[in-house]
Amino acid sequence: MQHYSGFGLLKHSFSHHENWQRVWRNPTPKKKYDVIIVGGGGHGLATAYYLAKEFGVTNVAVIEKGFLGGGNTARNTTIVRSNYLWDEAAHLYEHAMKLWEGLSQDLNYNVMFSQRGCLNLGHTLQDMRDIQRRVNANRLNGIDGEVLDAQQVKEIVPVLDCSDRARYPVMGASWQPRAGVARHDAVAWGFARGADTRGVDLIQQTEVEDLIIEDGTVVGVRTARYGDIRADRVGCVVAGNSSVLAKMGGFELPLESHPLQALVSEPIKPILDTVVMSNQVHGYASQSDKGDLVIGAGIDGYNGYGQRGSYSTIEHTIQAIVEMFPVFSRVRMNRQWGGIVDTCPDACPIISETPVKNLYFNCGWGTGGFKATPGSGHVFAASLAKGEMHPLAKPFSMFRFHNGALVDEHGAAGVAH
Amino acid sequence: MTQELSKQSNRLQDGGRIDRSKPLTFTYNGKQYKGFEGDTLASALLANGVDIVGRSFKYSRPRGIVAAGAEEPNAIMQIGSTEATQIPNVRATQQSLYNGLVASTTNGWPNVDNDLMSWVGKVGGKMMPPGFYYKTFMYPKSMWETYESYIRKAAGLGRAPKENDPDIYDKMNQHCDVLIVGAGPAGLMAALTAARAGARVIIADEQNEFGGSLLSTTEALNGKPAAEWVAEVVEELSGFDDVLMLPNSQVNGYHDHNFLTIQQHCTDQFADRAPNGQIAQRLHRVRAKWVILATGAHERPLVYGNNDLPGCMVANAVSTYINRYGVAPGKDLVLMTSNDNAYRTALDWHDAGRNVVAIVDSRKNPQGTFVEAARERGISILVSSGVIEAHGSKRVTDVSIAPLNEVGDAIVGSVVKMAADTVATSGGWSPVIHLSCHTGARPVWNDDIVGFTPGVTVQKQLTAGAINGAFSTVQVLDEGLSAACDALAHLGLSKPDVVLPEADVIEEGKAMALFHIPHTKPTSKAPKQFVDYQNDVTAAGIELACREGFESIEHVKRYTAMGFGTDQGKLGNINGMAIAAKMLKQTIPETGTTIFRPNYTPVTFGAIAGRDCGELFDPKRYTAMHAWHVERGAKFEDVGQWKRAWYYPQGNETMQEALDRECLATRNSVGILDASTLGKIDIQGKDAREFLGRVYSNAWAKLAVGKCRYGLMCGEDGMVFDDGVTSCLAENHFLMTTTSGGAARVLSWLEIYHQTEWPELEVYFNSVTDHWSTMTISGPNSRKLLEKLTDYDVSKDNMAFMDWKPMTVAGVPARVFRISFTGELSFEINVQANYGLHVWKELFEKGAEFDLTPYGTETMHILRAEKGFIIAGQDTDGSVHPFDLGMSWAVSMQKPFSFIGKRGMQREDCVRENRKQLVGLKTLDPKAVLPEGAQGVLDPKAPIPMPMVGHVTSSYWSANLNRSVAMGFVKGGLDKMGEKVYYPLADGRVIEAEICSPVFLDPKGERQNV
Repeated sequence: MQHYSGFGLLKHSFSHHENWQRVWRNPTPKKKYDVIIVGGGGHGLATAYYLAKEFGVTNVAVIEKGFLGGGNTARNTTIVRSNYLWDEAAHLYEHAMKLWEGLSQDLNYNVMFSQRGCLNLGHTLQDMRDIQRRVNANRLNGIDGEVLDAQQVKEIVPVLDCSDRARYPVMGASWQPRAGVARHDAVAWGFARGADTRGVDLIQQTEVEDLIIEDGTVVGVRTARYGDIRADRVGCVVAGNSSVLAKMGGFELPLESHPLQALVSEPIKPILDTVVMSNQVHGYASQSDKGDLVIGAGIDGYNGYGQRGSYSTIEHTIQAIVEMFPVFSRVRMNRQWGGIVDTCPDACPIISETPVKNLYFNCGWGTGGFKATPGSGHVFAASLAKGEMHPLAKPFSMFRFHNGALVDEHGAAGVAH
Repeated sequence: MTQELSKQSNRLQDGGRIDRSKPLTFTYNGKQYKGFEGDTLASALLANGVDIVGRSFKYSRPRGIVAAGAEEPNAIMQIGSTEATQIPNVRATQQSLYNGLVASTTNGWPNVDNDLMSWVGKVGGKMMPPGFYYKTFMYPKSMWETYESYIRKAAGLGRAPKENDPDIYDKMNQHCDVLIVGAGPAGLMAALTAARAGARVIIADEQNEFGGSLLSTTEALNGKPAAEWVAEVVEELSGFDDVLMLPNSQVNGYHDHNFLTIQQHCTDQFADRAPNGQIAQRLHRVRAKWVILATGAHERPLVYGNNDLPGCMVANAVSTYINRYGVAPGKDLVLMTSNDNAYRTALDWHDAGRNVVAIVDSRKNPQGTFVEAARERGISILVSSGVIEAHGSKRVTDVSIAPLNEVGDAIVGSVVKMAADTVATSGGWSPVIHLSCHTGARPVWNDDIVGFTPGVTVQKQLTAGAINGAFSTVQVLDEGLSAACDALAHLGLSKPDVVLPEADVIEEGKAMALFHIPHTKPTSKAPKQFVDYQNDVTAAGIELACREGFESIEHVKRYTAMGFGTDQGKLGNINGMAIAAKMLKQTIPETGTTIFRPNYTPVTFGAIAGRDCGELFDPKRYTAMHAWHVERGAKFEDVGQWKRAWYYPQGNETMQEALDRECLATRNSVGILDASTLGKIDIQGKDAREFLGRVYSNAWAKLAVGKCRYGLMCGEDGMVFDDGVTSCLAENHFLMTTTSGGAARVLSWLEIYHQTEWPELEVYFNSVTDHWSTMTISGPNSRKLLEKLTDYDVSKDNMAFMDWKPMTVAGVPARVFRISFTGELSFEINVQANYGLHVWKELFEKGAEFDLTPYGTETMHILRAEKGFIIAGQDTDGSVHPFDLGMSWAVSMQKPFSFIGKRGMQREDCVRENRKQLVGLKTLDPKAVLPEGAQGVLDPKAPIPMPMVGHVTSSYWSANLNRSVAMGFVKGGLDKMGEKVYYPLADGRVIEAEICSPVFLDPKGERQNV
């Protein structure tokens, strides 16, 4: 792999950047792999990367129906945090956080992970009780966090309206300093480059049309473009399309696919240094390095695969943002877009074995999958490599919906589903 | 006037649609300039000879005005004369000039003309190919945030104001038969036709006057200047009651079901702050039966070396400045074109008395009306040639021209240099398909016009004019007419009498597909050839992205940032796709397009928010007694949308002192709570009782008329989500109460189950929360107090605990419920809401002798916690079932039908041992009050991560017990009575508590039964 560095840029500038290597190959798939990963988004690519790098499984293909990182990886609002309430979720997201903290160096690809902190605002007494509860749990789990009062919040985010004039005045917040944002596309590309270098075949523009199942065991996938491709194990990491793949496997998942929209303002000079989220007022914002305010809120209420949502959701989101940040009123919205999120009844993911032998699913990340990308990939890779679920993944078995061992993170999932 | 003109070095003596008798003064970068009414900020700047209007994002290169409309990438200004009225990123080409306008450029230090950062761009630019930031700034790891702070400072265009917006914005919902987007020739023709047929029409155009291209053309209609025809049509349209004409209005988004949003600038063209009382902007939310997109086309510039120097413009923009604004933005023009159409710019330039150095045509043998006209004027035409590079530092001074091969991808002769200060280019026209793309329609490549046209749409959408690739005026007018006729036919309206105006017949030769002009050096070594000005994306950058493996056009876009600017790639995208396609050895349609998304042009947040902020962000709900609480000095708490009295401090009391007083008064005499906010749902129907049995976990079959019962409501998963008392008013009539915050959710829940699962049940639900005022009097003297206001016998014998009775209280009809949330003798008096304040005041009048004390939600919380009563939402969190709460008495597993949550709460994990269970917590130090939210551990010395056993849900100082009381979850807590739990706090303290029954006071419940 060609090493990236400032010195490399200087060196290549003398040859007018004509000699940079390809970031990944464009291979024709082999007949058989040890592991096939369906879905070339961030989580799928991270899985492939860690399979190759940490577990020595390099005979791997990632099969993607579109382009790499083109689904929710390309559409999310890039927030990374690990301040989840329940032990199971907190440990999983913190595992991801620790990987984020060295990811650019590990990948030799600058994913621009910027730990500018995240505030989850409280506007009611119950919000503040919940914040205390969550921050206390985080602290005893070894995750950084503080409870701030309104004055401290104002000091961190001067443009936030912390006055009593607000309909729901800010009473305080939880503050995770290690939280932040990352450059979402770079995450996909960095993992893809790292996986490709280690021998993983990244097969783009290839849709999986069926799973090949023999005697209750998956043995490969069927594609229109390359026919059957066989594998010992198949991991599906296809977010909003998980239910479609599960149907091919002959089972159902307790997922609802919803549109989730996001939007950006025009780029403006730095004004918001941290991530600010509010469940009660129902919106969140951060500012990208390019200057755009990156804004999101809740899902559209209906189910769909349309990658587009309704305008009323955009209106409510902007109302929340202007309510929280009145000085943004004259800033202008540049673009909006939508993705499909696969939401679980308990707002936690499914990382699981399935009723089909050797078929594994990693899905159900809902509105908050981006932050887990490296952790999700790592534990899923471990599970695929060993044929046994990683300890951090075990609580997220799909069978928890049968036995009732839910991990209800609706409260900590940021903005309510 | 002459003086005004003399300062405007590029202003023509006559012509254009500006009013030279109305000079306007404006400030640009701190200096005063003059323009005229009818100018845009851009045309006024050009008139004044301002070349540099910005600095580029990455390389800090000087940039000038390129275009004349929404596609302008460079002239992005900060507007605003005061701090509060700052508007970032206004496109000068879309901003009407007004007197007193204050504008400034957004980048450049110390100023935009002499930007020191440009040296960084020049020296470091070579190290900044696309995506360079992914390849560096990684080492040392700790430095990233430092690097980033510099990147952030350099990025961004304008700035947000620091003060709150003084303007108001509103919204209108509109319905129409036909919405016509664009009031150029196609749109006007369509509007006229539809209007005459009697259709309800909305026609919107982003410019300040209707007419589109007809306002800057030299062509005639009906033998007269085209603008006269425009004026006639506009006048006729304004005579129709059912025609809404919206100038200064961008149709920004095309959503499902023919729903479109229009941002109307009502006062932006007059001032940066709306005059008193006026609406600054209005968002029209339009549901149109049919939509006609007559959005026209944007001319595509050609890509060549240093094509970003000020003086390099799009050909048609130059014509627009001359013909519409009376501005010739230079002296010596070189026009480069791949088509006939752009020849008009050379003609306009020549006719304005300026020097056309040469027309450089990439085609071998151009022929057509405009070509002949140029030849007649003696303009030099260089065929089979291209401008390969512009020269100059802050403005074009010379251009290099070279002969090209037949397809325009190689230089086949020697380069000549010519002096010129303006380079106008045209690579043809790109139809404005953005709105059509918003609907999900995939555009279709059309080789004949070398551009994408709208693809198949599922919306009721028609298109007319240049958007379809029809570029001649005759064709455009005809398309407008026929689109309107199609819409009328769909609407069942008959076609009216309409005659197309006569337009000049123009012969145009075939255009050539040309995007990127080759240079003598390979692209990677040639001077920068810009594709997307705003994001500094070059042809070399796109080629590099493709070489590195970014082969999907979406990857190219994301890696290079092409099209990510505030112009969303209106000028650059097709050129970029063409360059990528060539690199990848594909056709342009094979390479595909990226997806245009709303907004077409940026929309002010305030306009989208409308009036739904501040006071109107969310309704505030007040009880009928609210004013009394305010007068009494109550502090309030937000509970759902309600403002509830939290506590009533007196004099200099601290909160705790007030609470102690309220608690003691209630337990010792009588207190009163305004409980009106509790959700109330009136349930009627012959199956009402059966329905209750299915949604509550306990039994309802035997609840007699006149009786009340507490119930828990669970989700399908068996977890508690609300609770409350439901009373039987009559055999088929019940009143359900819910938590204050949960009322709407519970009503929806009932409706969902009724409508989707059990439609066969005859039952009806009605929210009656606001109909009733509810006041709870509680305490040993509460009966005595009630007796003073009613003749009804409220003795224990006649009105037992959990009875309700209709009676007259303080002279008004009331429902009185003998239920208790404090554990005291307690009556909940419900009267019609408009009697509420009267009864409340009467209670106080008669209650004086008992020292009737009002108490708020906090005292209510304390009193109920002393009794171990839960609050759904505080002591539950969606993860606990009734057994976890120690409330097995509220579950009836024997009900014949089952109930929601029964199966859920019997799942394996829900019946296992060691679940977290709600218990009482008695701190060893009675003075220590556990913080709510504290997490318990069994071993406070365990290393982190520490195993946690559950958290404190409710915790208070109890004045009645002179100690703290608390409830919380502990794993297996119900079997651990007397055992210790430790609460390590953030400040280092560890509070030790003993697990106990949550009932701290009156465990036998004697006080409420007296």
